[in-house]
Amino acid sequence: MNQQDAVNWILSFQKKIESSKEYLTDLDQAVGDGDHGINMNRGLQHAAGVLHEKTFETPGDVLKAVSTAFISKVGGASGPLYGSAMLKASGSCGGKETLEDEDVKAMLRAAADAVQARGRAERGEKTMYDVWEAVVRAAEEKEDIDWQHVRMKTAEAADATKEMQAKKGRAAYLGARSIGHLDPGSVSTRMLIESLAEVLESGDS
Amino acid sequence: MKKLINNASEVVNEMLDGMVLSHPNELRRLDGTTVLVRKDAPVQGKPAIISGGGSGHEPAHAGFVGRGMLDAAVSGEVFTSPTPDQVFEAVKAVDGGSGVFLVIKNYTGDVMNFEMAAEMAEAEGIDVKYVVVNDDVAVEDSSFTSGRRGIAGTVLVHKILGAMAEEGASLGEIAEEAEKLVKDIKSMGMSLTPCIVPEAGKPGFTLADDEMEIGTGIHGEPGVERTGLLSADETAAALLEKIEQDMKLEPDMDVLLLINGLGATPLMEQYIISRAVHHLLKDKGVKVTETIVGEWMTSLEMAGVSVTLLKMNEDRQRWIAAAADTTAFKR
Ligand SMILES: Nc1ncnc2c1ncn2[C@@H]1O[C@H](COP(=O)(O)OP(=O)(O)O)[C@@H](O)[C@H]1O
Ligand SMILES: [Mg+2]
Repeated sequence: MNQQDAVNWILSFQKKIESSKEYLTDLDQAVGDGDHGINMNRGLQHAAGVLHEKTFETPGDVLKAVSTAFISKVGGASGPLYGSAMLKASGSCGGKETLEDEDVKAMLRAAADAVQARGRAERGEKTMYDVWEAVVRAAEEKEDIDWQHVRMKTAEAADATKEMQAKKGRAAYLGARSIGHLDPGSVSTRMLIESLAEVLESGDS
Repeated sequence: MKKLINNASEVVNEMLDGMVLSHPNELRRLDGTTVLVRKDAPVQGKPAIISGGGSGHEPAHAGFVGRGMLDAAVSGEVFTSPTPDQVFEAVKAVDGGSGVFLVIKNYTGDVMNFEMAAEMAEAEGIDVKYVVVNDDVAVEDSSFTSGRRGIAGTVLVHKILGAMAEEGASLGEIAEEAEKLVKDIKSMGMSLTPCIVPEAGKPGFTLADDEMEIGTGIHGEPGVERTGLLSADETAAALLEKIEQDMKLEPDMDVLLLINGLGATPLMEQYIISRAVHHLLKDKGVKVTETIVGEWMTSLEMAGVSVTLLKMNEDRQRWIAAAADTTAFKR
């Protein structure tokens, strides 16, 4: 993965979010306050603007800029969560110009750890951490990342939030009424990973 | 959706402009931010009190900026916590050398964004302390979950901590009282109709004409329970019963009663609820030392009310009675 792949990753994610803004908002209306699509779209519009304007040397630089967009433009829970994930992912990439599969795994793990730390989340609490945790496990299963497998596990993890009772985030206020609804942050995180897989599985990473 | 707006993505910006134009002697907006501060900020020689959160709760939070309450309010998008950099700008602008106290409502987003701001301020050598308000008894209190939400009782926190700061309390003393205070405030809300976030364009849930939600928060979200339509007296009893599970109501106890309209409930109905709560408390021998009725922490145009009880003592009587000069609350 080079800096161009990183840019393509985020731009692809931005397009997915833009076209799913209403869907994510519907999901968040069922268990939260109905702003997840709006929040994500605001942050990614800004990030895309920065990525078009500036040039970057490394994937780490790209992710740093994306992190700043999330932290300063989004707010809510998803701003600090995505912002911290991107910041730690950027740190994990360091100054490397190209990331090998080993580096991509480390980057994903850094992001997942950041979400867990910022949200004080554990697995099974119906948050985006459930998806991050599954992504890291799936990526680490094979020496060369099997993106088909990662996609499948990511989708499963996002879908599995539907039957969970929320323990963290706004959905937790609904208690048992949160069961039966997908977690919006898990669905958007799945899109982030789908975009990464699309970018990396086509060529050699 | 039928709203008096120009552009759904500009509502917060245009509202803040409108507030400053309407109250030029009281409020000032920090350039390029969503922060409103006291016109005379930073006030030297007293800790500054900052609150904030998503917009859509007006007059909270900027309506409580002024002498005796808040030094600054930070507004996020509708129902969305503001970002750390905005909070940090507020901290820098109001710090008068005696430190800054943040009043945070217990929502994952608010806690994370304000904590990040506190970390930024500490890195700059500004003394920052905070309290997380969690007065809503609708949701279970548990260390395994996000815990309870902060709702209308937050306004009483603004009043008391603001009065303490004016009276000469230190940042440490304010932090100490804040921790005790939040344990002594309990609230419970309900709603008759949902509300529409401008950018979403449609309501968060729907309620039939003969239904209501009990345990509703202040973000247009559903409550914890849906029931058939109850009368005002029955509603007041249901809300109080829930509060009572957490706050033992004993004879000769002193409480402050706050009735909060959620946005579309007329004062007539708020007073009918107030009457019912007064009767119920009287039967228990609980003394209401003061009642505050009105719209303090709204949820856009939601119809509904919340009831808040604060345990009173001599100090709190004095802080509640102390002068306050804000656009939404004056004494
Ligand atoms: N404590 C937490 N840890 C991890 N993820 C969380 C936590 N709280 C909330 N989330 C995630 O954030 C998402 C909600 O984001 P968003 O709607 O943008 O923010 P808000 O909840 O402030 O309205 C949830 O769907 C969930 O995945
Ligand atoms: Mg939300």
